[in-house]
Amino acid sequence: MNEQSVLDARNISKHFVLKGGGGLVRRTRPILHAVDDVSLHIASGEAVGLVGESGCGKSTLARVVSRLIDPTGGTLSMSGRDVTDTDCAHFVHSDLRRKVQMVFQDPSESLNPRFSAFDIIADPLRQLVPGKGREAVSARVQEAARAVNLPPELLGRFPHQLSGGQKARVGIARAMVVDPELLVLDEPTSALDVSVQATVLKLLDRLRKEANVALLFVSHDLNVVRLLCSRILVMYLGRIIESGPTEQIFERPRHPYTKALLSAVPTLRPGQTVERVKLEGELRSPIDPDPSACRLVGRCPWQQARCSVAEPALVPCGPGHEVRCHFPLD
Amino acid sequence: MNVMQSTARAPSAEAASKLLSIEDLSVSFRTRTGIVKALDRVSFDVRPGEIVGVVGESGSGKSVTAFSVMGILDPAASITGGRIAFEGRNVLEMSRRERDAWRGRDASIIFQNPRLALNPLRRIGQQIADVLARHSPDRPAVIRQRVLDMLEQVRVPDPKARQNAYPTELSGGQCQRVGIAIALACRPRLLIADEPTTGLDVTTQAVIMELIRDLARSRNLGTVFITHDLALAAQYCDRAVVMHAGHVVETATVSELFASSRHPYTAKLLRSVPSLADSLDELDAIEGSLPDLRRDDLPFCRFAERCERRIGICDSAPLSLTSLSPTHSIACRNPQ
Repeated sequence: MNEQSVLDARNISKHFVLKGGGGLVRRTRPILHAVDDVSLHIASGEAVGLVGESGCGKSTLARVVSRLIDPTGGTLSMSGRDVTDTDCAHFVHSDLRRKVQMVFQDPSESLNPRFSAFDIIADPLRQLVPGKGREAVSARVQEAARAVNLPPELLGRFPHQLSGGQKARVGIARAMVVDPELLVLDEPTSALDVSVQATVLKLLDRLRKEANVALLFVSHDLNVVRLLCSRILVMYLGRIIESGPTEQIFERPRHPYTKALLSAVPTLRPGQTVERVKLEGELRSPIDPDPSACRLVGRCPWQQARCSVAEPALVPCGPGHEVRCHFPLD
Repeated sequence: MNVMQSTARAPSAEAASKLLSIEDLSVSFRTRTGIVKALDRVSFDVRPGEIVGVVGESGSGKSVTAFSVMGILDPAASITGGRIAFEGRNVLEMSRRERDAWRGRDASIIFQNPRLALNPLRRIGQQIADVLARHSPDRPAVIRQRVLDMLEQVRVPDPKARQNAYPTELSGGQCQRVGIAIALACRPRLLIADEPTTGLDVTTQAVIMELIRDLARSRNLGTVFITHDLALAAQYCDRAVVMHAGHVVETATVSELFASSRHPYTAKLLRSVPSLADSLDELDAIEGSLPDLRRDDLPFCRFAERCERRIGICDSAPLSLTSLSPTHSIACRNPQ
């Protein structure tokens, strides 16, 4: 905590109340627990990875953290200022809005097709940093484009005239143009070819070091997270089930789910077989989860009687390493 | 069924050991802005029981190769040369009716996006029954039983209830299991899997890949597995075919490819994969992009313009695959 924090989220929950259910008794509407009691602290210039399967709530958490949606519970502070009471509609007008920027998953779908690359990058600048003259905006856009290695002659083009890698760079330049302190990236490389992915990863790492921008990198690709992030959070059904330094998570995962996730990642060494930890069945429904059971019950190969009567708490199990399991692995 | 097989069987022993043999296949697409030379003299073989990975960037011609074999190319495409021999017989010379009967019965394909590949308005059990009814008609009761058997083989839990589900009611992984069931329902001998796990989670990906591998092994299927993920190919394939801009640039057993790749493109591709790197510094992007395949002045080696090992002869003389060993061949003038 001695380092300056850019984000401090405590006990964040995001629940969605669904329609239907109840029948005659209208009071019991089903509740989808997308994010449940998650605490997250990101220091200045730090790269944190958030991993988990689809449906685990990682994108919802990313949206809460970047203030695109309001949490149902918990407190949120940014750059040392409590913003819990500023809802999203008001946060837009706050001077903190430009401090947290988001890079979206599919660069083709997250760029306005009727805007040129220049206007896409200039838009946040015009909205969030008013009072800049035309020339100042232009200079700033050029600078942002240069920072992401986007050739200036491409700025006049429209998204459909750009390649996937170029679109990804426009998306990053749009986020970086307002000098944010935290970049929330939701699977920014999943739509890219491997050959292009390497460039984008190196670019993000360079931006982090040069501009001292913190990264929250949401991904299901553990190999990518391993290279880019120093700390990893593993999510399962709305809960953080393990968090710790990258090397620790990779070399000595303590939660059965983390171990299963790691063993499913293909390794490039042929013949080298990692013992696969198989999870039975599929992700359970996040709607009204049993509050008195571990959320991995029914899929966990090491499950014991206690797992279905009490939900484990997130407890420290090493320096900076926490796990939510009654019977952590060795 | 047996009668059909014996007529299709090749006379020579050489050809019989190969299930699928693609020889000098060239395909081009007519577009408004010119002719795209999508495949240029692509050749590789698949033997029964073997899993062959076809790897390369998007646009390298992996799917066009698969669609050419299946005979489901876009109308704008035309096969300009070469042959595709299935058990010794050139499928390109089959009549339309023969090809339609062959597809689905002898050779099948699993598509990339399982949700889009399934009909959203038909129950999944019916969709499996459709293929069975088309290729091996039988009494409804028999077909119903075979649908249940197939769902069980692809490990869909509770097949009796799930056969009545619509695709939207199933997860992506379950949809792909149904896709596999449809592909394998008529016991084909050749299976093409076109990026079958794109869009699925890593854990689901591992399960689906293991399912495909187990079924391929137990049925002695020749399998073409198309992917852009080298790590996935390394883990599940016996041999790999590396493609770049419509050319096969290297083919080798998976262990040869990863231990001693010789083509500069393969080497670069290997260095761009995050799973092999220990740090970001070890990761290298491939400079440049695929050449525009509409050009008339395409170099003989389509990688030459991105290659650091380019020498004079790369531009001046035609290039073809040369074998370094019985299992390893490359198309390069200046290999590493």
